[in-house]
Amino acid sequence: MNYNWNWGILLQAEPGGSGSYLQYLVVGLGWTLATALAAWVIALAIGLVVGTLRTTPLKWIVRLSNAYVEVFRNVPLIVQMFLWFFVLPEVLPTGLGDWMKQMPPPWGSYVPAVLCLGIYTSVRVAEQVRAGIQSLPRGQGMAGTALGLSLLQTYRYVILPMVMRIMLPPLTSEFMNIIKNSSVALTIGLLELTGRARAMQEFSFQVFEAFAAATAIYLLTNLVVVLGMRALERKVRVPGLITAQGAGAQ
Amino acid sequence: MSGFDFDVIQRSVWYLFRDGMTFTVTLTLMAMAGGIVFGTLLAMMRLASFQPLAWVAGAYVNLMRSVPLVLVIFWFFFLVPYIGAWVIGEKTPIKVGAFWSAVITFTMFEAAYYCEIMRAGIQSIARGQVAASLALGLNYWQTMGHIVLPQAFRNMVPVLLTQTIILFQDTSLVYVISATDFLGAAAKVANRDYRLVEMYSFVALVYFVISFAASYYVRSLQGRIAVVR
Repeated sequence: MNYNWNWGILLQAEPGGSGSYLQYLVVGLGWTLATALAAWVIALAIGLVVGTLRTTPLKWIVRLSNAYVEVFRNVPLIVQMFLWFFVLPEVLPTGLGDWMKQMPPPWGSYVPAVLCLGIYTSVRVAEQVRAGIQSLPRGQGMAGTALGLSLLQTYRYVILPMVMRIMLPPLTSEFMNIIKNSSVALTIGLLELTGRARAMQEFSFQVFEAFAAATAIYLLTNLVVVLGMRALERKVRVPGLITAQGAGAQ
Repeated sequence: MSGFDFDVIQRSVWYLFRDGMTFTVTLTLMAMAGGIVFGTLLAMMRLASFQPLAWVAGAYVNLMRSVPLVLVIFWFFFLVPYIGAWVIGEKTPIKVGAFWSAVITFTMFEAAYYCEIMRAGIQSIARGQVAASLALGLNYWQTMGHIVLPQAFRNMVPVLLTQTIILFQDTSLVYVISATDFLGAAAKVANRDYRLVEMYSFVALVYFVISFAASYYVRSLQGRIAVVR
């Protein structure tokens, strides 16, 4: 292949004057994680509520929650990004819209990106919550009712504590998805890891070094997330239930 | 908001569908076909008893699944010209259009996801069937081709289609290499006429209607297929 490799480029200064290219990318990782984590809080909060509501016997609430899920699941993420970034400020009342448009960079892209990713992911979390609740034996909910717990108490003390543990593995993959999906925010101008790798390639013309470094950083991040979640799973495991490592290790 | 301008949609709708949607649908179908074929091969490799083969396929799938699609699109957009030059023995990188670059990217990327689906499908076939087929004197390829894969494929049709709906939505990311897919076409009109609200709302609506209808169809298909077994 006729390509001039130059790995040393990673240690050279980037034109913005913030340090080396490697530092530039690592700051990008910081933005990726800051976006993903903030969005994750929104996704968990809304996802838990909506997912739980979908399993209640309240007909109209179930319909409303289903509609919410269908809307945000059937529109591509990048289109949703554009809706939050370009369309929402125009549709909002003038004062609020102007405030959104005049936010200084990078907050002008960061805030819409976090809202967009949070709501996009909340729908997927809601699906996992619903599946988790429906995977519980129905007797558990009935037992709660028989003990005189109200619907709210049954969910709070019986169903949700179990479901949260069952959901950990699927939530791990959703969390990795949110990290990966945050790269779409580069289309609205957020310089996260992928965006910075692209910028580095444009400044330095060292295409493959830039993307290889970004790829390596993503792989490393994934590894950390997987190991961290595995430790968490072990810590909150319900004794007696079969888990991924539980069966073999004991 | 200064009045929703329906006229700009009416003016551009033919262009959006003739140029944009054709690109999106062709890309989706080609990547689906290529992705399922390559994904099935990967799944067979992952389940092979020859360990290095399983290891290579596993590494490929895990790599593709840990990296954002946007980054993969960039990788292939720059890499494919070099690979093409290497294949046909040119000295300089060849020119590859956004379309073919996208087809290759999505085939390679989605293959990792189709692989996991097909692997689950293959593993859903009772082991006794494979044993019986080998006992009858069929070789590996005959066993796979006549017994395991047709059933695995059939069991997995709803999941494969669901993945294709995701692929259909994901193709909108070719925006980052300035391809004129449905979103790209709308973005061009939006920026030319400064009608971002109208165009992006319309794009969201069209994607929603298509994906919603498709997933509704898949759900009903799932119900019909499930009873057969």
